[in-house]
Amino acid sequence: MIKIEKLHKSYPIGKDKLHVLKGLDLHIKEGEFVAIMGSSGSGKSTLLNIVGLLDNHDEGNYFLNGQLIENLDETKAAVLRNKFLGFVFQSFNLINYKNALENVALPLYYQGMGRKERNERAMQFLDKVGLKERADHLPSELSGGEKQRVAVARALVTNPKVILADEPTGALDSTTSASVMELLKEINREGMTVFVITHEEDIANETDRIVRLRDGIIISDEKVLKKAIV
Amino acid sequence: MKFLFDTDTWQEIYSSIRKNKIRTAITIIGVMWGIFLLVVLLGAAKGVENNFNKLFGNFATNSVFVWAQQTSQPFKGFQEGKSLRLKMSDIETIRTEIEGLEFVVPRHQTQALTINKFKSGTFGVFGDYPEFDKVQKRNLVYGRFINDNDIKEKKKVCVIEEEIYKQLFEKDEDPIGQYIKINDINYNVVGMYKEGMVGGGPQGNIHIPFTTFQQVYNMGDSIGWMMITGKPGFDIVQIEADIKLLLKNLHKVHPEDERAFGSFNLGKEIAKVTGFLTGMQFLTWFVGIATLIAGVFAIGNILLITVKERTKEIGIRRAIGAKPWEIKRQIILESVFLTSIAGALGIIFGGLVLMLIDATLGKGEDAALTNPTVDIPVILIAALTLVVLGTLIGLIPAHTAVSIRPIEALREE
Repeated sequence: MIKIEKLHKSYPIGKDKLHVLKGLDLHIKEGEFVAIMGSSGSGKSTLLNIVGLLDNHDEGNYFLNGQLIENLDETKAAVLRNKFLGFVFQSFNLINYKNALENVALPLYYQGMGRKERNERAMQFLDKVGLKERADHLPSELSGGEKQRVAVARALVTNPKVILADEPTGALDSTTSASVMELLKEINREGMTVFVITHEEDIANETDRIVRLRDGIIISDEKVLKKAIV
Repeated sequence: MKFLFDTDTWQEIYSSIRKNKIRTAITIIGVMWGIFLLVVLLGAAKGVENNFNKLFGNFATNSVFVWAQQTSQPFKGFQEGKSLRLKMSDIETIRTEIEGLEFVVPRHQTQALTINKFKSGTFGVFGDYPEFDKVQKRNLVYGRFINDNDIKEKKKVCVIEEEIYKQLFEKDEDPIGQYIKINDINYNVVGMYKEGMVGGGPQGNIHIPFTTFQQVYNMGDSIGWMMITGKPGFDIVQIEADIKLLLKNLHKVHPEDERAFGSFNLGKEIAKVTGFLTGMQFLTWFVGIATLIAGVFAIGNILLITVKERTKEIGIRRAIGAKPWEIKRQIILESVFLTSIAGALGIIFGGLVLMLIDATLGKGEDAALTNPTVDIPVILIAALTLVVLGTLIGLIPAHTAVSIRPIEALREE
């Protein structure tokens, strides 16, 4: 699903360059539930941005769903994001003047789907994350956990190939964190590839595979042994 | 263009406008002010113009009046101070000698006591040819003006002004066919006209055939004064000079005698006024367009601020699949929508203010403004310009919006 070969990325800082990713190799297969771990500055957000087509890489190859990603202009990137990727952000990133249903329906709007169909589908996904009753609430009227559930529903609504979650529980307390992770696990059980970035050990342990980054290099890549940890 | 008729497009615009009430209001007020000023200024200028047209409208504007006075220099054996009279033969000579004349109309003028049954008044009586109606349009309410037959047969007929009708006749009485007595001679009333602004005053005028006047007042072949109009394209100032020179020659007056013949050049006077009007219109357009441009820049500025404010939102939209041109399109459409609404409101308020001006300053005899109006095409062009400029200026923030990479936009807090 996601295949990365010798990926390099650096950012210009004044005259110097900050080399953030130093030749990453990573292969994530369909249906996997992967956590990228690392302290801040390890390059994990940069990796997510590149995988999420929000940023481009300098060197190396990136295949998304078998398609080589290169020379993407913004329009193509937007189409691919809409089609293949669903984002869940730490700070939810809901549009604050749209209610839950409208937020979930927005990606479908950019797909060109009709209003009625769009709202039906959005409602279906809100129901899936257990927020059907809160459909007409604005983000400001929802709790943090509910906001993140709306964001997950929005990520899922286009039926993407991969869910990219950037510190999905970073702004939540442990109880709601657990419920959001439960939701992601459930989605994964239904066959969705889920790619989570976190720096919390217990969140990473909920996943199936942990990739650890340090200073732009993968230092470990191992399967989580379920139950054994508990 | 399909997206224009898509409810979702408008839903998006409506919700983003509704959620940003203050900036929407500021934008609308800025543009509204511009177009409002343009409408009011143009309307007021038009009102002033109409007022001048009302004052001079009844006259052929390229006309000159000439009358005889006394000489101020001795010439060819005549002493200075000789009284001069214009003669019928002068008219003929002028017609043949001077080029570019449309009408040369001789007139006589006197004051006379006029009686109808038990009512009476002293009015100005004029001896006129039918052409006079062409030089100085009489706005006839009833009947006709003097015609060629009246001239030929020296008929005792008269055309009266409405003011005279009011003074000499009962209300609702039909004046046509009735006889009024002017200096003890009966005249049949054949026409009545409404007074224009210039020339009459409250006193009122009576017109009788020129030939009748000559006979009744024993004028021989002399004439009181004459009105001359030039054909379009001929300089009325030159015509005036030529005629006076010709008259000096005919009446044996020193060519440099400035006092022998008096004249009033209406064309010259009106040219001064129209020059002023042209200047005023230019100023109006200048101020109006400058204000409009300022308004448009205000939109651009506000949209730019808006885009900065909405950077994160735009980032989110792009992360979930909005294409750059979709973002651009929405911002431009917002700009166009806002300017259109503002333009429409500006036109409406401008119109209302013009109505108010018309109701307060535009009424009565000596109104400052007459019919302050703005032509619809002018307004449409102004509105269209506004929308086009709004679109162009909207391109700047739209471009800013998509030039920020979504990743940077999302990072924004």
